Amino acid sequence: MTGTKTFPRIRSVGLDGALVTFADTMTEASNRAAIAFRYAVETLNWDGVIETSASLASTYLRFDPQVLPHEDVLERLRQMLERQDWYGAPLPKGRKLWHVPTVYGTDLAPQLDEAADAAGLSPKEAIHRLSQSRVRVLTIGFAPGQPYLGPLGPEFNIPRQKELTPMVPRGALVLAISQFVLFAGPTPTGWRHVGQTGFQCFRPDHADSFSLAPGDEVIFTSVTRDEYDSLQTDAMGGAVFEEITS
Amino acid sequence: MSLRVQAIGPACTVQDLGRSGYLDRGLSRSGAADVLALYEGAALLGQSPDLAQLEMAGLGGTFEATQGLRFALTGAPMQATIDGATIAWNASHSLEPGQTLVIGAAMQGNYGYLHLGGGIDTTPFLGSRSTHLTANIGAAIQAGDVLPMGPDKGEAGKKLRPDNRFSGGLLRIVSSFQTELFDQSTLDRFTATTFQRGARANRMGMQLESDGAGFAAKGQLNILSEVITPGDIQMTGTGNPFILLPECQTTGGYPRIATVLPCDMPRAVQTPAGARVQFEFVSLDQALAADTAFRSELMRLPRRIEDLVRDPHDIPDLLSYQLISGMISATE
Repeated sequence: MTGTKTFPRIRSVGLDGALVTFADTMTEASNRAAIAFRYAVETLNWDGVIETSASLASTYLRFDPQVLPHEDVLERLRQMLERQDWYGAPLPKGRKLWHVPTVYGTDLAPQLDEAADAAGLSPKEAIHRLSQSRVRVLTIGFAPGQPYLGPLGPEFNIPRQKELTPMVPRGALVLAISQFVLFAGPTPTGWRHVGQTGFQCFRPDHADSFSLAPGDEVIFTSVTRDEYDSLQTDAMGGAVFEEITS
Repeated sequence: MSLRVQAIGPACTVQDLGRSGYLDRGLSRSGAADVLALYEGAALLGQSPDLAQLEMAGLGGTFEATQGLRFALTGAPMQATIDGATIAWNASHSLEPGQTLVIGAAMQGNYGYLHLGGGIDTTPFLGSRSTHLTANIGAAIQAGDVLPMGPDKGEAGKKLRPDNRFSGGLLRIVSSFQTELFDQSTLDRFTATTFQRGARANRMGMQLESDGAGFAAKGQLNILSEVITPGDIQMTGTGNPFILLPECQTTGGYPRIATVLPCDMPRAVQTPAGARVQFEFVSLDQALAADTAFRSELMRLPRRIEDLVRDPHDIPDLLSYQLISGMISATE
C-alpha cells in the first residue's frame, strides 16, 4: 500500500476530513491541481462541508460525517477526479497580482550573497532573476496569512541552512528549495534572508485581514535602500495589486 | 453589565467554540480547549454554548461584580469562594454588587471555565470571540480588565455532576493520512506504551513522554508539509509525540501517527502534567458511533441539571465553613 505512489490519492484525515493529494512533491502542476480542485469543491457547496484548503500539493476538506458520510465524500471526490485533468486546470478567477517593493541584500537582507553563491550566480544576476520572477502563492500556513511562493527557477533549489537564523523581521523575504516565504511576523528560520519588504500578510485590526490568498501572484520588484525607506510610511511598504483578468 | 478583573492568572483567555473557515489563510480554529466544559456551563445557565466564556489555564483570578449577575464554574475544579465562603464547582451561583469571587489553582485537570450569564460580549473577529494568542488575535486577560456581558436573565443555584476527565486515561484514536508512514511494529509499540503528560503544554499542543525509543516515521525528514488538524498526534524530529490543540499551526512537516477522537479531546486537554495516557486505535465506524453518542450527551446536558442544595457533597471543603456561628443561612 505504501509502496504504490499513484496520484491523485484520496485519504481520510482523522474523523472528519478528506485529503486529495496530487503528488508527493510540490510542482507547478501539482500545486495548480490542488488550488483548482479546492476551488471546484468550494463552488459545489456541498451540504456538510465545513471548510476547505489547499496545501502545497493537496486539497483538504473538513466535513460533518453525520451530515455527509465518508463514503459519499470519497465517491464524489473520485468522480470529480475522473472528470478532468486537474494538473492542467485553469486557476480560479478573482486572483490578484501584487507588486511588492523589495530591498535585496544590504544589511536589511544579509544573506542575498550567500544564496546567490549557492545558486551559482553573481549577486547582481540573482537579484535580476528573483526580482523578475512572477511567483504564485502556493499555500498559506505556519502563521496566519503567511505565504509560500514559487516555484522559482531550478537554480534556486538550494537547501535550508543547518543552523537557524535566530530572528528575521516581519516582511522578510526568505529563500530555499525554489520557494520564497514572506514572513508575517518576526520569526527564527532555516531559510536564507535575501530580501526585505514592508508588506503585512496579516492585519487583525483591518477589514480585509488577510492580504493574500492561495493562487494570487507576486512580483518582488527590486528597489534601492532609499526608495525602500521612503515607502515605509505606507502600511504595506508601497505594495500595490491589480486583478488578474486572464 | 460587566465583571471587573482585580487579579488574574497568567493564561486566562476568552474562548467560544472557535473560528472556522480560515484554514486556507493559515489561521487555525482556536476555541475552548475543553469543549464539553463550554456545554456544561451553558446547560447550568440555560443558555447557548455558542457564547464566549473565560478559560482559565491552571489558575483563575479575583473578580468583582459591578451589578448583580449569575455565573457558572466548569472544567478543571478550582478552589472558588465568594467573599471568603467556599462555593461548589460544576454549579451556577449569583454574585451581588460589590461581592468578590476568587478562583484559585486547579485541584485536578488544567482548564477551568468561568461562564457568565449572557456570555462575555467582546467584539467578534471573523465570526468568533476566541482569543488566538499565537496569531495575535486578542490577548490574555490582565488585572484591571473589565469583561463585558451580554443581556441575561435566568436562575442560578443549579448543579451538574460532571464526568471525571481530569486524570488522563485511555484516548481513542483513528488512523489518518500519515499513519501509513509508520511501520506496524512502531504502531504496535505506540499503542502498548503508557505515556506521561510532559511539562510542555499550552493551547498549541501538549507533550507526551515515555521510556524507550521514539516513534519515528519512514523518511521522516523528507515529508511535504501538509494540513494539520487539532487532535493530531505529531512526532517531533526525535519521535516524541505531541497532541496538537486548538491553536496548532495549520500545516507542518512533522508526521502525525494518528488523530484523537474529538469526543476524547476534553479528557486529553485536561490531563495534568505527570498523569498517564494510553492510546487505542478504533475503526472509523466505531469513531462515528462514539461521536454520535458524545453529541447526544451534549444535547442531554440541560436535562441533567439539578438544584444546588446544601448537601455536604456540594461543599468541597466542609471544614472551611464556620458551621456553628451561623454563617450559612437556610436561604442562601
